[in-house]
Amino acid sequence: MNADCRPALTLRQDTVGALAAMQAVFARDMKVAFRQRQDLLNPLLFFVMVVTLFPLGVSPEVSFLREAGAGILWVAALLSVLLSLDHLFRHDFDDGTLEQLVLQPQPLFLLVLAKTAAHWVLTGLPLVVLTPVLGVMVHLDGNSIGVLCLTLLIGTPVLSLIGSIGAALTLGLRSAGVLLSLLIIPLYIPVLIFGTGTVASAAEGAPVGAYLALMGAFLVLALTLAPFASAAALRISLSNG
Amino acid sequence: MWQFFHKLGSPKWFFGISARLMPWLLAGGILLLMAGIVWGLAFAPKDYLQGNSYRIIFIHVPTAFLAQSVYVMMAVAAVVTLVWRMKLADVFVKSVAPVGLVLTFLSLFTGAVWGKPTWGTWWVWDARLTSMLILLFLYGGVIALDRAINDEKSAARAVSVLVLVGVVNIPIIQYSVEWWNTLHQPSTFKLTEKPSMPAEMWVPLLLSVLGLYLLFGWLACLRMQTEILLREQRTRWVKDYVLAGRG
Repeated sequence: MNADCRPALTLRQDTVGALAAMQAVFARDMKVAFRQRQDLLNPLLFFVMVVTLFPLGVSPEVSFLREAGAGILWVAALLSVLLSLDHLFRHDFDDGTLEQLVLQPQPLFLLVLAKTAAHWVLTGLPLVVLTPVLGVMVHLDGNSIGVLCLTLLIGTPVLSLIGSIGAALTLGLRSAGVLLSLLIIPLYIPVLIFGTGTVASAAEGAPVGAYLALMGAFLVLALTLAPFASAAALRISLSNG
Repeated sequence: MWQFFHKLGSPKWFFGISARLMPWLLAGGILLLMAGIVWGLAFAPKDYLQGNSYRIIFIHVPTAFLAQSVYVMMAVAAVVTLVWRMKLADVFVKSVAPVGLVLTFLSLFTGAVWGKPTWGTWWVWDARLTSMLILLFLYGGVIALDRAINDEKSAARAVSVLVLVGVVNIPIIQYSVEWWNTLHQPSTFKLTEKPSMPAEMWVPLLLSVLGLYLLFGWLACLRMQTEILLREQRTRWVKDYVLAGRG
């Protein structure tokens, strides 16, 4: 990797407040990502390709796609978030930035939260933006596409947050990628169930408020607890090396 | 109380006390389990709806019960590992995770065998079954993570974090039958209410649950002893113990 791509992080003074530190971490992650655009594109390409596999592999029938479309998009989004998680801490771990982050006076869980937020803006949000196009391709109606986008908008941050725990736990291990999937997929299942359940309920014309509220609850739960768990896991992984 | 707590941290002390406890756990476990199963399979009355096929409950419920409660025990031990860095707690998590995996598998398997005659299918994607399947994956993840990290201490702490994160699944399993309308019948035992079946049915069931608990206790002690011997192999007392030819 080209060293010039990765600006150093400078938060050394104690006077830098936690919020300013979070902003600095977030801005740096954005900068790094935009200097390596291919890494940004890969999860999106993967998302599109996985969705393409279903009409080709199972059935291109409109009735099947309309029925299964939301599920297909959700599973594809889940997998592509999973795929991108390996990058969340890996490069920072390899070049020592992560060690510097842990040593900062600002609380680590806030910095982890900033990193996770950057990860979501770079992978989750583009997936949501891409969803209407793919939704039309799998013959979802307009209302379903809207609800689907909404569930993904609430659901993908949860995926990033839970995923950050797994990424932190498997940091620096052999075959970390497969292990990461093993650890994280069970935790993704509830989000998937409620995400697709919302769209199914919307397709039947039933109210979706309760489902969305539950997904919001997931988001709040993940937002408040996951950064602590990932910060703890990061400290463990770093002491391991 | 605090002295007891400190002693609990000493592998050597645990080794001694568990050696004395194990014959009782084994004997009690086998006795209760035999009594419960023989009574349940041969003497308990038939179910008016399901006939004899319901009798698998005497194996299904104990394994499912224990599969969940082993995870809760692991979670408690995980907190102890993270907060007090107690050696025994992480020995417990490591030794017990495979047992929990097997128990979860057994409860899913017996559930499938029971489902075939009653529901007409081996498997349904119902809330309870799915969340038990997730529990199986969680156990698998815990074991995989433990094996993947070479350093004993960081493995213990990483696994503890994972176990605690996975704990969200336990209430979901417990209440899935009440929250969602599913095929799976509600729990037999509740703390606050009388069991919904006659005494000739629930007494043997309770016996086999308790028996399996004791048997699990025995197995946990045995596996923990093995793990302790492995970890402490360089200490004096383990050398003495081995040279003395098993006591």
